[in-house]
Amino acid sequence: MNLDSISFYFFAALAVISAILVVTRRNAVHSAIFLVTALLATAGIFLQLHAEFLFIVQVILYVGGIMVLFIFVIMLVNLDVAARQMQFNRMWLVALSLTVALGAQVYMVFHYAHSGVMEALFRLPAAPAAALEPNAEAVGISLFTEYMLPFEVASVLLLVAMIGAVVMAKRKV
Amino acid sequence: MLETIYTFFKPHLLPLLYALVIVAVLPLLAGYVVLLERKVMADMQARLGPMRVGPHGLLQPIADAVKLLMKEDIIPESADKWIFWLAPLLSVTAGMVAMAALPFGPVFQIANLNVGLLFILGVGSMGIYGIVLGGWASNSHYSLLGALRSAAQLVSYETAAGMAVVSGVILGGTLNTSALVNVQADQHVWFIFVAPIGFFLYLVASIAETNRAPFDLPEAESELVAGYMTEYSGFRWALYFLAEYTNMIVVASIATTLFLGGWLRPFAGTKAFNFLDYVPMLLMLLVAGYSLYRAPKQPVPIQKMVMVAVAGLCFGLAAILAAPVFIKTGIIGAMMPGVHGAFWFLFKVGIYLYVFLWLRFTFPRYRFDQLMKLGWHFLIPVSIVNVFGVAIASYLHRTEENGGHGWNLWAAILLTTAITFVIAAWLAKKGDRPPAGPVTAEKF
Amino acid sequence: MLSITHYLVLSLALFTIGVVGVVTRRNVIIILMSIELILNAVNINLVAFSRLFGSVGGQVFAIFIITDAAAEAAVGLGIIIAFFRNRETVLADEMDLLKW
Repeated sequence: MNLDSISFYFFAALAVISAILVVTRRNAVHSAIFLVTALLATAGIFLQLHAEFLFIVQVILYVGGIMVLFIFVIMLVNLDVAARQMQFNRMWLVALSLTVALGAQVYMVFHYAHSGVMEALFRLPAAPAAALEPNAEAVGISLFTEYMLPFEVASVLLLVAMIGAVVMAKRKV
Repeated sequence: MLETIYTFFKPHLLPLLYALVIVAVLPLLAGYVVLLERKVMADMQARLGPMRVGPHGLLQPIADAVKLLMKEDIIPESADKWIFWLAPLLSVTAGMVAMAALPFGPVFQIANLNVGLLFILGVGSMGIYGIVLGGWASNSHYSLLGALRSAAQLVSYETAAGMAVVSGVILGGTLNTSALVNVQADQHVWFIFVAPIGFFLYLVASIAETNRAPFDLPEAESELVAGYMTEYSGFRWALYFLAEYTNMIVVASIATTLFLGGWLRPFAGTKAFNFLDYVPMLLMLLVAGYSLYRAPKQPVPIQKMVMVAVAGLCFGLAAILAAPVFIKTGIIGAMMPGVHGAFWFLFKVGIYLYVFLWLRFTFPRYRFDQLMKLGWHFLIPVSIVNVFGVAIASYLHRTEENGGHGWNLWAAILLTTAITFVIAAWLAKKGDRPPAGPVTAEKF
Repeated sequence: MLSITHYLVLSLALFTIGVVGVVTRRNVIIILMSIELILNAVNINLVAFSRLFGSVGGQVFAIFIITDAAAEAAVGLGIIIAFFRNRETVLADEMDLLKW
């Protein structure tokens, strides 16, 4: 019961509970707030996995950028009429069967994990006793040497998305 | 059982103590920054400011806090109660969590994160939620408009602020806040002299980030009542105010760490300037002496007592600051970097805040479209060009074996700053021209 | 002692909740939010494996996924705004212009 496990279980519980609340709330703004907590819990999981740069990128981009955009749009299109109507459609049977399928996958994961030979492979390496190696520098170096092409393609993608969003939301094209 | 709990918490006890000190002192500090603002405003308007509550208004923040705590808590009928309660909390929490990574001194830092600078920026940007949700939960037109405008402004200037910070990080080579100050100590130059345009951009962007004048349209009284804070009364409004001043202290701390040398004394490495070590002590003695001088002139006995108490406090601080300078050995001598570092850090933060206050009472307010135009059409392009400039200067300055050209530092900086300045001037000139009218058929 | 199964189960749980949200809800904005949940589940998976194998590639790919999610959210929300201006609705059932 060390800090590692406690923080994992805390963030995991927070993430799952927030996710369930996201999907079940009637009011869209409440869903958005719970999605913010789910994303923050995910960022906590990243930090617990020693991925500190990804933790802060998640907070800045996802929580500080994408969710603000969501909340803006919810406020622009928020209809009281929509909140009073039925929130769930008739596809609950499909959702149930998908859940059963994915739950079967969980069972398979458990089954393989405890079958002896894979056990040693699956254990996460312990943290080094000294300070962790700097993660941001490693990600930066990797991003600018090995993954340079996807980096440039991602920037072109963002440019295209920016232009698309501006054109989409203009009143008169 | 008790031992396991103790060993579990042991590495975290000192940061917890620092955190407790910061959380306890921060509301008091923010209250006195409000008093400072009113006194500076009065000084610039040729009047005296609060003088009655304590001697020279020194007890005014306490009176304000008591008043706000005792006000009636009004919640609008159709407001979303849960979000109405949550919004000020989000703003204050975001500001205070951001203070966890600030380097107040070489020792006094709660968490020395490896991505500290980005952490402060990221968590500070979560204050947007407090504003937007507060405006929405109030269920009133003024609040929602003010909230959306304020959030749009914050998001726009965040990009410019981030790019300005990137130009400083290129020079520092790390995101670790302590390491940044150590790099400035090793190179014997503060980054404001190496990247002056970056500092200027960060100054403007941080004023807009904290909703301060001249960028305070979302909360201006003559425009939208009080913007997103309209429906909040009493303690909730005090929380928003506390959040705003906490944000001011946080952005001032980022600028101090990155550009102004953090907790370094001016000319930290040069032995010839060691006489500057006596300056903190002399400053405190000056303030104490002035308080003692003004004490007999107060009209009421209790004000005399408060002045004497202030003088005593300043004497105590002067003694704490003087002890490591005179007793250079032992544990007191070892406290020198910590105590003096904290003093110089707070001094520089104070100067930055003074510039904030100075600008507030000098410039008229920007209209919202002018504000957005300034952010997107001027600040962001100039900050991108500035990143290029600083990167090129850093590349030119680097020695031959590190892959650079080994230019003199000041030659490289002069060249790139001149180019960035020319481009910025051209952009500013272009913004001044009236926009071209619609293309009509007669032109062709 | 944490092993990779813990992170896989967490990732699967978030993924399932996201899928149920996409399939079951009528409000298009909440459908988009559930998609973000799915992307986050995938990110957790990637970063957990990056930690298991000691390589940084998983984290780099997770950064690209976050970038993608931002682009997709922006364009998706733009579409929703454009549709809302024309039809005054955000419910997926009522967006049936192409239905025969």
